[in-house]
Amino acid sequence: MSLPDYGFYILCGTAVILLAAQAVTHPTQFFQVFIFGLTQGAIYALVALGYTMVYGIIELINFAHGDVFTLGAYIGTTLLGFFAITEGTFTAINLIALIIVFPVVMLIMGGINITIERVAYRPLRNAPRLAPLITAIGMSFFLEGVMFLWRGPATVHFPDILPTQSWYVAGVFFGVRDIFVVVVGAVLVSLLAVFINQTKLGKAMRATAQDRDAAQLMGIDINRTIAATFFIGALLAGAGGIIWGLYYNTIYYQLGFRSGLIAFTAAVFGGIGNIPGAAIGGLVIGLTAAFSDSYIGSKWTQVVIFGILIGVLVFRPTGLLGMRVPEK
Amino acid sequence: MSEQPRDNILELTGLTKRFGGLVAVDNVSLHIKRGEVFALIGPNGAGKTTLFNNVTGLFRPTSGNVLFDGRDITGFKPHQVARLGIARTFQNIRLFDYMSCLDNVRVGRHVRMKAKVWDSLFKLPRERREEERVTDEAMEVLRFVGIAKHANQYARNLAYGQQRRLEIARALATEPKLLLLDEPAAGFTPQEKVELMALVKKILNRGITVFLIEHDMKVVMGISERIVVLDHGEKIAEGSPEEVRNDTKVIEAYLGKSA
Repeated sequence: MSLPDYGFYILCGTAVILLAAQAVTHPTQFFQVFIFGLTQGAIYALVALGYTMVYGIIELINFAHGDVFTLGAYIGTTLLGFFAITEGTFTAINLIALIIVFPVVMLIMGGINITIERVAYRPLRNAPRLAPLITAIGMSFFLEGVMFLWRGPATVHFPDILPTQSWYVAGVFFGVRDIFVVVVGAVLVSLLAVFINQTKLGKAMRATAQDRDAAQLMGIDINRTIAATFFIGALLAGAGGIIWGLYYNTIYYQLGFRSGLIAFTAAVFGGIGNIPGAAIGGLVIGLTAAFSDSYIGSKWTQVVIFGILIGVLVFRPTGLLGMRVPEK
Repeated sequence: MSEQPRDNILELTGLTKRFGGLVAVDNVSLHIKRGEVFALIGPNGAGKTTLFNNVTGLFRPTSGNVLFDGRDITGFKPHQVARLGIARTFQNIRLFDYMSCLDNVRVGRHVRMKAKVWDSLFKLPRERREEERVTDEAMEVLRFVGIAKHANQYARNLAYGQQRRLEIARALATEPKLLLLDEPAAGFTPQEKVELMALVKKILNRGITVFLIEHDMKVVMGISERIVVLDHGEKIAEGSPEEVRNDTKVIEAYLGKSA
């Protein structure tokens, strides 16, 4: 263990001790903030998984991923408009609309992301690594431009159709929507874990990530495998977009820029390319943001989060769990 | 020969690969008979691995043809070539380091699997049976090369010689008709070389043709029936070990011209 490692552990340890002190002295506030953090973190985790999967397989930081997430929310709000939903309460139609819109948006985003990979990244598969990075940034601007032209620069309303029941437990307030976000996030992450570890395609993805040529010679069609990775990343991002909309009820075309960077930070924190790392990183960053909002002041939150990004990159570039450093 | 084309498992005709101005493989023709051990030798940089890459689809030949099992596979993608029945190992070992040995071999088996994504996601009986069979077969291949007891270790944690064996196991798992070995004895002790030669014989007994690049002359002369010598991308000799050993061009290529 080297000096930077000690620095990393000391910083993490100090943060945990300070938070534990808060939890003991002001438990109500602490657990209230904890719930905020958990819900945010679940959404960041879903987006971070897309960053980390794509990085793991083709070593590209897909800067357009945050905008895929936002576009999911935009398409979600549009599709929900076709149903006779009732806002502020929960009806059978709301439930049906959700059950239909969730998978439809996820599949649409999957299709869009496969198209993005096909036109913007695959032709540059063997180019220097900076080239696809630039097209990723271009693709990000393009998607933001599309949303800007489609719905304008102002914030867009996302229908409030979740059940409104809420409870106070020992002074801590939480509602059905909090439970909804965390449960949907957990279910999707678990499905992904099963998929990666159990299925043939999941193994093909891990093989392709570790050695592309060797994987091809084992009969793995790497173009298909890489497309599948983008597809699955976008399924999660699309779901994340709808969850964000349902939870906050407000979206805007540049949402993906800020939350995308935060989710990217989560992926780096967990160890870029590492799938469990991204899920944990999402939760940690979500909690950090909530604690920072509450204990330091919300205007400092971005400083804290991007400070973490810089700190991790300088002192522990492999992240929390990132044992697998790409050795190419 | 042309009356019985199936006698040859692999035929290269006029194979040429250029990188810009450099001709790495220059108009090479050769044929490998089903069930033999065929060796490709030559000094460093002679184009041996490039020739392998052209056969397995990692490179596309500039000109010339690759005929496998009577079928023109020139320009096929690597995964298609693998599915047709050519497997290979690499000169510098390229395993899936962060997978267990068993999983490395199972990735190879998957080419021959029928289960679809939904089968495995929902753990359908068909998939479970197939996955069990794949695991059994993978274990069998690991036993075959003699590293079954390391099945659950990460590939990167194996000793060097065991990694070479695992690479062969992974290649065998795809059920190849033709196995390409790129310097399998590199870095081996004399004892390990003897074991490797025994393993190649065992592979041959399974009905798999072996096409081998090797620097170690004891190994090459010991197991191969026919040898082709490459120098500067060109074929300079072909024949039995005895013929090649006494070929003046070959001696020149390795030792330089005598005055």
